[in-house]
Amino acid sequence: MHNITPYSSPTYFIYLLLLLSPIMIGLYNGKRFRVYETFATVIILITAFFGGNMSQGISLICYILFEMVLVLSYLRYRTKENSKNNFWVFFWSVILAIIPLVFVKIDPLLNNATISLFAFMGISYLTFKSVEMIMEIRDGAIKEVKPWEFIRFLLFFPTITSGPIDRFRRFQKDVLKVPSREEYVALLKTGTNRLMLGLLYKFIIGYIFGTLLLPKVSVLALSYQHQAPLGLSWWVLAYMYVYSMYLFFDFAGYSLFAVAISNFLGVKTPMNFNKPFKSHNIKDFWNRWHMTLSFWFRDFIYMRLMFFMMKKKLVKNRVTMANLGYLTLFLIMGFWHGETWFYIVYGLFHAGAMITNDAWLRFKKRHKKSIPSNKFTECFAIFLTFNVVCFSFLIFSGFLNTLWFS
Amino acid sequence: MDVKAEIIAILKDVTGLDDVGSDPAENLFADGVLDSMATVEVLVAMQDKFGIQVPVSEFDRNQWNTVNKMVDRVGELEEA
Repeated sequence: MHNITPYSSPTYFIYLLLLLSPIMIGLYNGKRFRVYETFATVIILITAFFGGNMSQGISLICYILFEMVLVLSYLRYRTKENSKNNFWVFFWSVILAIIPLVFVKIDPLLNNATISLFAFMGISYLTFKSVEMIMEIRDGAIKEVKPWEFIRFLLFFPTITSGPIDRFRRFQKDVLKVPSREEYVALLKTGTNRLMLGLLYKFIIGYIFGTLLLPKVSVLALSYQHQAPLGLSWWVLAYMYVYSMYLFFDFAGYSLFAVAISNFLGVKTPMNFNKPFKSHNIKDFWNRWHMTLSFWFRDFIYMRLMFFMMKKKLVKNRVTMANLGYLTLFLIMGFWHGETWFYIVYGLFHAGAMITNDAWLRFKKRHKKSIPSNKFTECFAIFLTFNVVCFSFLIFSGFLNTLWFS
Repeated sequence: MDVKAEIIAILKDVTGLDDVGSDPAENLFADGVLDSMATVEVLVAMQDKFGIQVPVSEFDRNQWNTVNKMVDRVGELEEA
């Protein structure tokens, strides 16, 4: 036996849908079978985390208990009468919440590492959810969380390994009610469409780019390495596009599965992608690519940091302030992806792209009359954004690391 | 000045665009008038002007995306 990664093969869906069918029949008839939902969750978590040597599963349980104690304690602190809402209590709660993830991320840097107490697939996504709850509890937006509700939110299995990242209050709205027959039929329809599109994306298009083409292009790029300056032959360019297509179709396909299965359970998990390669600029791109992650960073890091800097008047100039915000956000995102030079450079590259983009938008605003805007400039903007994004994915892929350092 | 005029004045000041608010039903986020940074500036300016508190958690873009909706939200928060 080994761990079964959710959605990793087409047959997984047959078993999954069989397991979920009582829930779906229940919802169709206006009932939520809560006990059976729990049973199905346990089955899926066992196959995903307890299939191998159980270490992932044990980590998951310890992690959930740790975060639950933390979040509920903070909630208790914030909801008691005359709660002081001390900044440092909030600060340390957030630090404690991310510490397990930080350890997991630092682990690969150390030899014979043992510091990652809780390593399991999907720890990042559960950490995003916990931190979101702490921040909204601080704002007084979340006023009540039962232990059971916390566990249900974190362990919602359709999204447990790789998101999309839902928000607690939004999620509660869906699980606390049963959709009407009409609503549920509509959800089943959109869910089915998303599932089919996901199968096409991940198992056909993603497979063609990732499994058939990518290894070939990779071998070619490595074999022409010595005939081009810095090893950058035309095959590296081919690698860049093939990898970018693979990344999109694989991840968007996976996200469609997660949203589709959520829909079957009567939960409207937010979408993760909205035609990202149609973006007009890099800002537009981040509103369309891995949206639940970028909105999380926007709402819980960028906007809060801006608020803080503006209130404390730390930085006078608004442009400097916005740029500092971008640098912070994308550096954190880089470190979150992993502690390697190419993830950090990927973060810095996107921060640079955002800063440049903002400067261009300011320039455009000032010279509105003299800058043409037509079908051609629009196509050019899309083309340019697409290539900037693909180049960033080449950095992200780590292929340059293979090419230059190994 | 009424609330609507005040809000339009804040938006003009933050965005530097003269025609902001000419269509009070315009979606300010979809049309790129406001980005995250400008949003925070508008919220801070509204806090100073109207004495209301808008925590980031309560800031749902769909509830604040037009001048009309901003006027409604400020009205609600002032009453509370």
